[in-house]
Amino acid sequence: MTVEIQSNDFIALADIALRNPDLQHAVAAGTRGGYQRRAETMFAHSLEHGEHMRQQAAQAKRRALRQLPDLLETAEGNLIANGWQVEWAEDAEEANRLVLDIARRHDVQTVTKSKSMLTEELGLNHALEAADLRVVETDLGEYIIQLNEETPSHIVAPVMHKTKAEIRDIFIRELGMEATDDAEQMVAFARKMLRHDFLNADMGISGANFLIAETGSIGLVMNEGNGRMCTSMPRVHIALVGIEKIVESVEDYVTLTQVLPSSSTGQKLTVYTNILNGPGRAEEGDGPQHSYVILVDNGRSEIYGSDYAEALACIRCGACQNACPVYRSTGGHAYGWVYGGPIGAVLTPLFVGLENAQPLPQASSLCGSCKQVCPVDIDLPRMLLDLRWELVRDGHSKIGWDAAMKMWAIGMTSPRRFALGGVAARAGQHIMGDYLPGLLGNWTKHRDFPDFAPKSFRQLWKERNNVRS
Amino acid sequence: MALPERESPIGKPVSLFVTCIVDMIYPGTGMSVVDILEHFGLTVDFPPEQTCCGQPAFNSGYRDEARTVAKHFFKAFKNAELVVTPSGSCATMLRHEYPHLFTPADGALYDEAQRIASITWEFSEFLVYGLGISDLKLSLPAPETFAVHDACHGLRGLGLGQATRDLLAQLGKAELHELQECEVCCGFGGLFSVKMPDISNAMLQNKVNNINDSPAETIVTGDVSCLTQMNGGLSRQKSDKRVVHLADVLAKALPKERS
Repeated sequence: MTVEIQSNDFIALADIALRNPDLQHAVAAGTRGGYQRRAETMFAHSLEHGEHMRQQAAQAKRRALRQLPDLLETAEGNLIANGWQVEWAEDAEEANRLVLDIARRHDVQTVTKSKSMLTEELGLNHALEAADLRVVETDLGEYIIQLNEETPSHIVAPVMHKTKAEIRDIFIRELGMEATDDAEQMVAFARKMLRHDFLNADMGISGANFLIAETGSIGLVMNEGNGRMCTSMPRVHIALVGIEKIVESVEDYVTLTQVLPSSSTGQKLTVYTNILNGPGRAEEGDGPQHSYVILVDNGRSEIYGSDYAEALACIRCGACQNACPVYRSTGGHAYGWVYGGPIGAVLTPLFVGLENAQPLPQASSLCGSCKQVCPVDIDLPRMLLDLRWELVRDGHSKIGWDAAMKMWAIGMTSPRRFALGGVAARAGQHIMGDYLPGLLGNWTKHRDFPDFAPKSFRQLWKERNNVRS
Repeated sequence: MALPERESPIGKPVSLFVTCIVDMIYPGTGMSVVDILEHFGLTVDFPPEQTCCGQPAFNSGYRDEARTVAKHFFKAFKNAELVVTPSGSCATMLRHEYPHLFTPADGALYDEAQRIASITWEFSEFLVYGLGISDLKLSLPAPETFAVHDACHGLRGLGLGQATRDLLAQLGKAELHELQECEVCCGFGGLFSVKMPDISNAMLQNKVNNINDSPAETIVTGDVSCLTQMNGGLSRQKSDKRVVHLADVLAKALPKERS
């Protein structure tokens, strides 16, 4: 089952978000807080130290991507040696089918899930529910949006778009929680509800933050401990892993598990930083009996072979979302697919096709904040520019803009025509008043446009030099 | 961010790239730049063939049109030894995007793109890092309070955050204050503000609120495009605050016998 793509409706969806005061309030607070904490933690020692960590992390991911096919083979061998059963899925359908097959094989009824953006891409929950499995999201944010039948709006804070009061109302409506405004009581309530599911689940599903090739391990970072319950308590554990999650060594994992939480939540380390090595051993009293890794492509190979391969370095920290003034204004749902913000504006067209996500590359003022905060230094503004170029080349731009740009280029290649354009603009402003015409009319909706100067700089320059000579 | 080492521009005549918006809407800002540079004894020329750097086309994906306009720029500045421009955004286009707009397969055009990139300086960058002057030894006619809005391309494209503050901090009778979120975009983004006006406006409202909350009377920035966006919002909302280009602030402090 595929996930609905609404990215071509970005402007309309953004408009809904702009008119929602609760969302505006929640997203503004969430993103600004994250942005601030990131800066404090990344640069706790010094600006240079933070920059150095960033570059080290960027190198670790790029080194891994350069050797991607080889490292995947190494990883597979080492995973199997650790007792993992390894499967490969080319697309969402295959991945979901593999999960269902495993669930049936082990007679699974209830599944607990820890947070995974990949499974959002796959539409896994719907696929499992369609097969009459009970799926419980156990990350608190994911738990809330599952109750409210929504999708995550932020990579690490899935329910960032909701205020505390809205979350309280969801708990009261869906679970019969006693009314309270105390966040701690609300968390305690959710914890109690989830405890029952943790104890009764037959299978746990997790994603992976990293796949460590040299040891055949899954690296998983989290704060709530729910992921540990999903990966160690049930009889069966499945880790769904995007193939780009590979890193070469434990050393690189150590580098990356420092910049990931620093960049996303402003923590030096997450509360739980795990390296999972497959099923419980005979001498151990606990741990899953069956551990699976499903390596998922779902479009990644195609991106790997494109000019946008660098986008695969993303470690899903959400820092670019927190830093982006567009995301801060719209939240994540406006982007119309799984990933919002600058990384979403790049990944969505690559995953679902540029024709299905035409507004997204335009959804940026190219301010450069995303690149600045990216822990692996992905040049997101450059990719947005390249995607815009593709939009024009593929004929997805509006005919009006095509013509306007052609005329503009003609005007700009002659100082005489340029000056005439200035005269026309000045005359036009007399006639039009304060409102700009045509394609530019949107501008004066919210702002006053300044007057064109009575004399251009080139006229003033000429007059000045005539006086002088 | 550490600035890359560049060949010193000292002793070279300045070819002013005034930018299309300054030429048509803010000619006074262009004159301020000229007056300041001449005050320091520099020879300034205005290559008359100049129009625009091509950024509006480049940023909206019209690479062919951007190349056409860039080629015209090369013609206009073929004799330039040093290009100074009062815009971090246009300077970023010349410095970082021209070398991407042409490839080695373009031969002489590629070489010219590299040459232009290497000799181009943004105005405040030129004063502080090019000439090594951050104390202009000038004083404003009357005390005034300022805060800086870091225009995005100057800040993140060229690594300029400090130059403007250094110049203002050492300007007589100028007092520097904070502007909250001074590094956050004002929402202009060229055609972004036309294509997605409501999102652009949400960003602008945030900026206008921060400007209104700042203790400074005047907000200083290095790009007239951002200035147009911010003043457009301030004016529509009947705020008394205004954003002014750095060159216009500094020019106010020049001795009065200006031409």
